[in-house]
Amino acid sequence: MLDAKIPAGPLDDKWTEYKGHCKLVNPANKRKLEVIIVGTGLAGASAAASLGELGYKVKAFCFQDSPRRAHSIAAQGGINAAKNYQNDGDSVFRLFYDTIKGGDYRARESNVHRLAEVSANIIDQCVAQGVPFAREYGGLLSNRSFGGTQVQRTFYAAGQTGQQLLIGAYQALERQVALGNVKMYSRHEMLEIVKIDGKARGIIARDLVSGKLERHFGHAVLLCSGGYGNVFYLSTNAMGSNVTAIWKAHKQGAAFANPCFTQIHPTCIPVSGDHQSKLTLMSESLRNDGRIWVPLKKGDNRKASEIPEEERDYYLERRYPAFGNLVPRDVASRAAKERCDEGFGVGTSKQAVYLDFGAAIIRYGKIEAGKEGNDHAAEEEIITLGKEVVKEKYGNLFDMYEKITGENPYEVPMRIYPAVHYTMGGLWVDYELQTTVPGLYSLGEANFSDHGANRLGASALMQGLADGYFVIPYTIGNYLADEIYNKAIETSHPAFEETEKIVADRINTLMNIKGAKTAESFHKRLGKIMWDKCGMARNAKGLEEAIAEIQALKKEFWSDVKIPGIIEEMNPELDKANRVADLIELGELMCKDALNRNESCGGHFREEYQTPDGEALRDDVNYMYVAAWEYKGDHNWELHKEPLVYDVIKPTQRNYK
Amino acid sequence: MQHHEMNLNLKVWRQKNKDSKGEFKLYRVEKISTEMSFLEMFDVLNEQLIRDGDDPITFDHDCREGICGACSMYINGKPHGPWQANTTCQLHMRAFKDGDTIVVEPWRANSFPVIKDLMVDRSAFDRIIQAGGFISVNTGNAVDGNSLPVAKDDADASFAAAMCIGCGACVAACKNSSAMLFLSAKVSHLALLPQGHPERKTRVMNMVAQMDKEGFGACTNTGACEATCPKEISISNIARLNLEYLSAGLTADK
Repeated sequence: MLDAKIPAGPLDDKWTEYKGHCKLVNPANKRKLEVIIVGTGLAGASAAASLGELGYKVKAFCFQDSPRRAHSIAAQGGINAAKNYQNDGDSVFRLFYDTIKGGDYRARESNVHRLAEVSANIIDQCVAQGVPFAREYGGLLSNRSFGGTQVQRTFYAAGQTGQQLLIGAYQALERQVALGNVKMYSRHEMLEIVKIDGKARGIIARDLVSGKLERHFGHAVLLCSGGYGNVFYLSTNAMGSNVTAIWKAHKQGAAFANPCFTQIHPTCIPVSGDHQSKLTLMSESLRNDGRIWVPLKKGDNRKASEIPEEERDYYLERRYPAFGNLVPRDVASRAAKERCDEGFGVGTSKQAVYLDFGAAIIRYGKIEAGKEGNDHAAEEEIITLGKEVVKEKYGNLFDMYEKITGENPYEVPMRIYPAVHYTMGGLWVDYELQTTVPGLYSLGEANFSDHGANRLGASALMQGLADGYFVIPYTIGNYLADEIYNKAIETSHPAFEETEKIVADRINTLMNIKGAKTAESFHKRLGKIMWDKCGMARNAKGLEEAIAEIQALKKEFWSDVKIPGIIEEMNPELDKANRVADLIELGELMCKDALNRNESCGGHFREEYQTPDGEALRDDVNYMYVAAWEYKGDHNWELHKEPLVYDVIKPTQRNYK
Repeated sequence: MQHHEMNLNLKVWRQKNKDSKGEFKLYRVEKISTEMSFLEMFDVLNEQLIRDGDDPITFDHDCREGICGACSMYINGKPHGPWQANTTCQLHMRAFKDGDTIVVEPWRANSFPVIKDLMVDRSAFDRIIQAGGFISVNTGNAVDGNSLPVAKDDADASFAAAMCIGCGACVAACKNSSAMLFLSAKVSHLALLPQGHPERKTRVMNMVAQMDKEGFGACTNTGACEATCPKEISISNIARLNLEYLSAGLTADK
């Protein structure tokens, strides 16, 4: 079932060879070929723009009111590229190696190498589009460090890199809309894939304003709908982020790969109460300058400022001297959880650690004073100067922190705690980004391909744009070249009619349950099960319990959910119920996958499998494979394994010490 | 941070759809923590409304971290409420006092028709971007990113304009419902960079024409847009827009 279609030949040459030999579609034929794109984040918008430029007839869909609002916009820190502008030893190989290692040797070499190869083109493309990256005084591009690497290869635009890259892609997309190459459907949600003769041939979408169902044909369908972190209810994802598009595809035959690989981001603002609807990330870039610590003494209730230096435990610097505060995300998150579980946490909930800029403020202040020739500046003056530098670097993040918590992080250390942030798992795709359903592709966070069991910081933006700008324009041609004889199929075709009926029936069923509990309440309960039993640490007993609880929750949902209003109107509660129903089913598969994987790797930490000093214990003999699950009906999946073959890199235990 | 709970009265605009006549309705919410965000308070109210068999209030929201630009409530006479440089989703309840009555309306502008309750249609902004808010460069044509140095001050000023989140608060705050701050932010973002120069004249002409076509009002320099902008986009961008527009008009070939 799983043919990854990895081109033959040496790793360095695979992509060049592929591009040199893949099938092409001539311009006259491109005009006759229609492509549907679901989702307009970095992957979707860049794909829509690029395919529109090539001359394909593109239809793009997003559930937001404008493609510019896709959640890629919230990415803060930066985007990696192997430019080696800093002369610090970076190269395509290093970026490739860091990504494979960071992913704990659970990603496919060929895909990751291609990602590293095109990374430099992404920066060039974005600069040409007018993305205002941070620059040095000489006018050249600036870089900073991110976790899991020892070079500076991250390009950024203050703490709003995702916003700037998305606006670049959005503008390119809107340009194609104006040229008539792309037709944009905002406030539309894809609710089903239409398959004809085994191939993806279109979608059923719901116009969220009128509530009416629509049929859309495409010679190919691209799902760029992002990740499914909202299965945990509380996450850094946007409220609308959901799994529906890829879940429908999964139930229509697309294998779902490594669903349990979830990234828990170490630096988020802690939960403040039951009312909480989402969590907010504080960029990983803060770990460049912030030092993470907890009190040395258990249950120390003093204010941070009253705890002297020698009574603080900078636990990341202590445990991982080589990488210190810049260890990869999974390692940093688990270390924070370990300290809090042991009773060293801070704040009222005790579920938080400090991220402290005190030392950075002094360090920068001294440099600034030195620049002015003032070698004996008073401490107060140094602090004032240092705060200015920190403000320049992280001002917007500090402001955001203060708005949410009411505390001033220039004066007191930030309190942070890990939160669900990204999902490495997703639809299984081959080298061409095609799922196990012909004609159905998946790009960006929605697929599983590049990050293995843990994603490095500043790599999500890179992957989304690589897939959309530089991979799919080539690989889709290889499929569509054989489609030039197939005319567009009328949407009166029985397959469209039947699929639309399935969608309409499901919506009617949901509306007619008329139970007592809101979709929100089910979502919260699902989130709690997932966080407690399939979160940062997992064990077999907990996962088995979670599966039973989720199955019961599903039953309860379908007999007791209450949705107000009617179908044919703007009805956000109906939209939410539709999404929660899919998240519940996904939750079960995630637990099943986590239970199957009897090892710890990356973001997947099974308590039964750890080294004596608490590090993750991988099992390369038995689990060096991609777990691709085929849907076989209610609560029933079949596992297919794609063995991971490492021709170039030799897997070792990850060591950041 | 110290926190406490409050009881509040809400006066919220309700409107079934774009064709129906709307009205204010009164609601009461209790035990609202000062740590909640404004939208979380609305979540509480909506859960209450659904339980009571009423129609929950529809509003746009997504990222809830002040960057997507979806949220759009006109709170006590100000877009996004009382805090400076803030979006509705980042407004927290400690901005209010126990017993307060809070009035919440949608953006009010002819170019932003109400879809339902507090949700409006801002697609006019997308069409303004379609008219010229881009640099015409196809994928694959780019030269090395460092082959074109950009003075740091220009890059920083361009970035400051590019921070616009397209929420429309500037239009909602303006007595003329002018979109000049939004438009000027995009024109500045691209005009300040060398990459944006080849299309400089046509861009500004076409975007202004589209803005007029959408029915947005003219600018009379009251500065309400700048004062309300969650990303503190400067009104000096409007001066730059006027300069760009004038010089394009004087020197354009067609």
